[in-house]
Amino acid sequence: MANKQASFARFWLWLAAVLLWVAPGYAQDALNFPPLTGRVVDAANLLTPEQTSALADRLKAIEDKTGHQVVIATIPDLQGHEIEDYGYQLGRNWGIGSKTGNDGVIIIVAPATHKIRIEVGYGLEPIITDAVASVIISQQMTPAFRQGQYVGGLNAAVTTLTELLQLPPDEAQARAKQMAASQAKARSNAKWVRLIPWAIFLLFFVLPMFGRRRYGYGYGYGGYGYGMPFGGYGGGYSSGSSGGGGDSFSGGGGSFGGGGASGSW
Amino acid sequence: MLLNRRALLIPVIAVSLSGCGVNSIPTAKIAAQTRWADVQNEYQRRADLVPNLVATVQGYAKQEKSVLVGVTEARAKATSIQMTQADLSDPDKVAKYQAAQGQLSQALGRLLSVQENYPDLKSDTNFLALQSQLEGTENRITIARRDYNDAVQQYNTLISTFPALIGAKLIYSSQPMQPFTATTPGADTAPKVDFGK
Repeated sequence: MANKQASFARFWLWLAAVLLWVAPGYAQDALNFPPLTGRVVDAANLLTPEQTSALADRLKAIEDKTGHQVVIATIPDLQGHEIEDYGYQLGRNWGIGSKTGNDGVIIIVAPATHKIRIEVGYGLEPIITDAVASVIISQQMTPAFRQGQYVGGLNAAVTTLTELLQLPPDEAQARAKQMAASQAKARSNAKWVRLIPWAIFLLFFVLPMFGRRRYGYGYGYGGYGYGMPFGGYGGGYSSGSSGGGGDSFSGGGGSFGGGGASGSW
Repeated sequence: MLLNRRALLIPVIAVSLSGCGVNSIPTAKIAAQTRWADVQNEYQRRADLVPNLVATVQGYAKQEKSVLVGVTEARAKATSIQMTQADLSDPDKVAKYQAAQGQLSQALGRLLSVQENYPDLKSDTNFLALQSQLEGTENRITIARRDYNDAVQQYNTLISTFPALIGAKLIYSSQPMQPFTATTPGADTAPKVDFGK
């Protein structure tokens, strides 16, 4: 009886440890993002369906030609955040750009606060520099947006981005390689971490089946061992990515670090 | 029989050790140190922008000497502080680094506010480009700092909670790392750069 109570206490201790460990990771995901339904996510309804699909075709052409993912998002509500703050988290959430190159671009339009942002993934920062993004916003998008010409401003921006992304990206490649190398290292680390649940299974479920008859302490140890590996390794799972089904568009897992520029109209 | 029992012990020890953070502690520590390197890179990027920015402003606004000197001095002070990875567990050193960078932020804020009095400077394309780069860098600094704080929080939580607590105490004698905090008023927010109008 006393033994049972002790194992209950251990369970709660384990649960507390896991919760404490996991909770901080989710603190930043408090923002709500619209689902990534395509290359143009018009959550704020600024475009007609025809305009949306025409823009999406142009963005698809960029990816077909250069491999870089470019996405347009109109966001009705930034949930009280600055567009810079919202933008990179949206980019990370959607995972625009390839996972190794981090070469995604998102054009974000927030009509409620009249803000525009071009969010640039790490890998494209040498090509679409902050200054370039700022020029696109202030010279091509803002004037059109002031007249309510959303599709005109977006088309102009897409034209400039298309031209830039087709340039030979020597500098970008060097950096992308460097980032790819550091990411590959991180991933090979994560691989064997995934074996740990199997090891635990083997140790505490399979082995006791054989061992119980011979060693009386088989189970007592198991109760203690459970908590440990899970508490320490929860992070290993998050590296797995979920791909979109069929031929619908999905992000390649790219990340963002605040590159790009913002403006208002 | 004896051999058999020993063979069984090896995986038990291995898993017990790994549960106590033998691997997860260094992994979390390296993650936080990598995020720290990002923070330093972004601060360095900002420091690299300063000489050009000062030179450009000087071309139009020579008489703003105190502001210009203030920025140059703050930059020199900020870049003179070298942080090693061991220093990340030292609250004093982290606070010092943070304060120096915060002073540079404030000095840059004053420098940018100067432009209001010089219409020619305001429309100089070089200045506009530098300004957008500075703005972008401040944004990157904010994000890098936040990522670093998250990594530190994970590491600190890991080493202070069961079960990795055991490994942290017995094997690594781990010290908690220092997150960024907002000590000087306004040091945590980028100076407002408003040129959209």
